Amino acid sequence: MIDAAIIGGGPAGLSAAINVRARNRSALILSGPLLENPLARAPRVDNYPGLPDVSGAQLLQLLEGHALRSGAQLRRGRVLAAAAVDGGFYLSVDSDVIQAGALILAIGAQRGDKLPGEAALLGRGVSWCATCDGALYRGRTVAVVGLSEGAPAEANYLLGMGCQVIYVARQAPQGLLPEIPAVLGKRIEIQGEKAVSAVAVDGQILPCQGVFVLRPGLAAADLLPQLELREGYVAVDSSMATNLPGVFACGDCTGPPLQAAKAVGQGLVAGQSAAAYVSNH
Amino acid sequence: MSVTHLTEESFDRAVDQGVALVDFWADWCGPCKMLAPTIETLAGLYEGRALIAKVDVDAQSALARRFGVMSIPTVLLLKDGAEMDRLVGLMPLESYVQTLDEIL
Repeated sequence: MIDAAIIGGGPAGLSAAINVRARNRSALILSGPLLENPLARAPRVDNYPGLPDVSGAQLLQLLEGHALRSGAQLRRGRVLAAAAVDGGFYLSVDSDVIQAGALILAIGAQRGDKLPGEAALLGRGVSWCATCDGALYRGRTVAVVGLSEGAPAEANYLLGMGCQVIYVARQAPQGLLPEIPAVLGKRIEIQGEKAVSAVAVDGQILPCQGVFVLRPGLAAADLLPQLELREGYVAVDSSMATNLPGVFACGDCTGPPLQAAKAVGQGLVAGQSAAAYVSNH
Repeated sequence: MSVTHLTEESFDRAVDQGVALVDFWADWCGPCKMLAPTIETLAGLYEGRALIAKVDVDAQSALARRFGVMSIPTVLLLKDGAEMDRLVGLMPLESYVQTLDEIL
C-alpha cells in the first residue's frame, strides 16, 4: 500500500511527490510519457522563478529527476478507474490494481469534452480501454480514435488480438503498424442507435462495431463522478482538499492560471496535505 | 453465500428463476478486479434473495456475445432469466444495491 498515489506527472504532480516524500511518506506517480505533457511544447518558459531561460521540456526533466531523487516511485500507465474503499483508495492502472491511503489529482486541464455520440454509446461499442475490452471485439472491425501518444501502440495491440483496426486521428500517428489504415480528419463523430455502427471522419463514414477513444488520461469527473467541480475545474480549498475526504488536487486541473509556477506551489500544498491526511487516518 | 461462477452449461438453469446479478469480468481488466470485493459484499447482503454470480468473458466468450457485452465490467440484472437492467463500468456498491432492490 502506497501512502499517496499521484495521478499526473507534470509540474504539479512531481512537486506533490517531492513534498509527500519530504514528510517521509511513500509516493507513487502515475503518468503517461513525460513529454506528452503540454508544457513540453513550450520552447521557453519565461515566468518560472530562478530558471529564466528554461524550456518546457527541460523544466519537466528537472522536476522529474528531483522527484525520483526524493524517493518517489514512477509508473508509466493510464489510470482507468478510481474508487474509495475502506478509508483508502483503489486505482486501476492498465491491468493492475494499486491501493493508496490518499489520492492527489494532478491530471492537467482535461476538460472531459467528449466526441459527438461518445457518451451515449459508452459501453455500447465505445470503450476507453483497449486492454480491458479488446478481446470482446476479436474478428470484428474497430476504430481507434488516437488522441494520445500511446494510442498507436494500443491500435497495434488490438490488431494482435485479432481485430480489424482502423486508426482515426487529427494528426499523423507515429509507430502505427503499416497494416493499419490511418484516416485523418478534424471532425470525428461516433454513430449508432443502440450500438456503435460507424465513425464519421470529416463526413467520411467508416463502418465498425467498436470505437476505442484513447486520450492521455481521464477527466476528473470521469474518474470520480462525485467530485465537486467549479466551472469545469476541480473545486479545492486552500489546503488543496476536494469535497471527497482524502482526495486532493493541484495544478491545471484546479483552474487558471495554467502556469508551471502556480502548479508547483499547489503541488507542495497538496503533497503536505495528503501526507498529513495519511498520518491522521 | 459465496459468489457463483457461471459457465455456458450452467448459466440458463442458474438464472431461470428469481433475481440474478451477473458480473462479466476478465483477469486482464483492472476495473474488474476493483469490482470484485463489491460483488463479494453483495453476495453476503443478498444471501437467499438473489443469485450473485460472475462470468469470466475469457473462458465464456459465447455468453459475453449472447448478451452483447461490449465493455467490462458489465453487470447484468435478470429476473426469471430476462434482462431487466445493466450497469456498465465500475460503480459504487450503492448503485448495485439500488438496482437490485428495485427489481426484488
